Amino acid sequence: MEHIKTLNTKNLQNTLKKGGCGECQTSCQSACKTSCTVGNQSCEHK
Amino acid sequence: MSLIHRYQNNGYNIVLDINSGCIHLVDDVTYEVLPLMEEGLGSQEITEKLSGRFSAEEIGTSLSECTKLKEEGMLFTRDVYENAVSEFSGQRQTVVKALCLHIAHDCNLACRYCFAEEGEYHGRRALMSFETGRKALDFLIAGSGSRRNLEVDFFGGEPLMNWQVVKDLVAYGREQEQIYNKKFRFTLTTNGVLLNDEIMEFCNREMGNVVLSVDGRREVHDYMRPFRRGAGSYDLVMPKFQKLAELRHQDRYYVRGTFTRRNLDFSRDVLHLADLGFRQISMEPVVAPEDADYAIREEDIPRILEEYDILAKEMIAREKAGRGFNFFHFMIDLTGGPCVYKRLSGCGSGTEYLAVTPWGDLYPCHQFVGEERFLMGNVDEGITNPEVREEFAGCNVYTKEACRNCFARFYCSGGCAANAWHFQGDLRGNYEIGCVLQRKRVECAIMIKAALAE
Repeated sequence: MEHIKTLNTKNLQNTLKKGGCGECQTSCQSACKTSCTVGNQSCEHK
Repeated sequence: MSLIHRYQNNGYNIVLDINSGCIHLVDDVTYEVLPLMEEGLGSQEITEKLSGRFSAEEIGTSLSECTKLKEEGMLFTRDVYENAVSEFSGQRQTVVKALCLHIAHDCNLACRYCFAEEGEYHGRRALMSFETGRKALDFLIAGSGSRRNLEVDFFGGEPLMNWQVVKDLVAYGREQEQIYNKKFRFTLTTNGVLLNDEIMEFCNREMGNVVLSVDGRREVHDYMRPFRRGAGSYDLVMPKFQKLAELRHQDRYYVRGTFTRRNLDFSRDVLHLADLGFRQISMEPVVAPEDADYAIREEDIPRILEEYDILAKEMIAREKAGRGFNFFHFMIDLTGGPCVYKRLSGCGSGTEYLAVTPWGDLYPCHQFVGEERFLMGNVDEGITNPEVREEFAGCNVYTKEACRNCFARFYCSGGCAANAWHFQGDLRGNYEIGCVLQRKRVECAIMIKAALAE
């Protein structure tokens, strides 16, 4: 493409199918404790 | 509401397709085409509107690229998650998988911004007994259902003031995980005052993560984190933190600071920590009562946003020069990251994640400890007030008005319930200053990825 460069092709919708196992880290156990940083946690099945 | 979020930062035109999570770097013509396309204008109207600035050919090819991405589900994707998430949370068994153990409601520092009031949490000084801690771990195992990974954070006050109990609980947990086929991830949050070689060695063996509280430059740190008699703690803790970080091979730890309106130039504190050799750094805006002199005010926001920009640019430069570091709030995983269920249901406070006081009371999270309205039960009887759990279980980005239309909803997941409660008296409310800063951090994090992808 000449106008658009896509950085990622990950589609969140795909995670609807097999997500939700709940094994990933709780965000407040990482480093926050006063904010909410769910989006920067990693998936156990990555 | 718009299905895309478009912004300009550091010379990049960035478009986030909110519901798919796809990120596109676009040229100037496309940056202008997209909102018109979303308004529903046809190609002829769009061409007319932009004719003075771009050629018809440019507009035409841009439009066809956008259309292609839309057809591929990477642009103007619709939000299809609301029903899925409520169905999912209705079906999923409520389990507990993480505990914040308040090992000590006491502290050897007197940090000015402490939400725990020098460790006491609106209550009395107390240390958790092994017996109470053991019951907490039993409660966790019993309530964890089929979840295998269980998390226990040793928190305070200052947990090293009750170190023997920490060690005994780790030993107990290791024994129990064999019996029940669970895996404990222990973490420790410490101010470093009592840190010594024996503790470091134990942490490196047993703790999946260690959070080291330090605010950055000496003068900043010493002002906010003094001993009770007023002396600063920087010189005592900093060399120990450096040693621990090295022993952990600069991984699985965070130096974690708090910035206030007294150091709005906090990028300098982050860089100070990086210059000292730390590679895992977190620095959070203070959350404080509005009347505190160090509390962040609405008028401080422009300056803070600018600081995030300064920090982001410097991080890019350092990364390219081979001396990069992680900044917790700019971490974003564009290829992996949490599933949509996790993103939409939030941090788990009050449901999956609970705090335990030294005497065994259960609260939705460490920030609610001491607020009787939120007392959920105790380690002897379990959850005796399920209504509180239900209140928290009902919180997600679709039940919070401010989140429904926010582009960052898949990154902060509805924000901090304690902040919502403390600032708006409503678990489904929001803390607006925190939201503005969160949105900026997401923008910076994406921009950094763009710059490093070049």
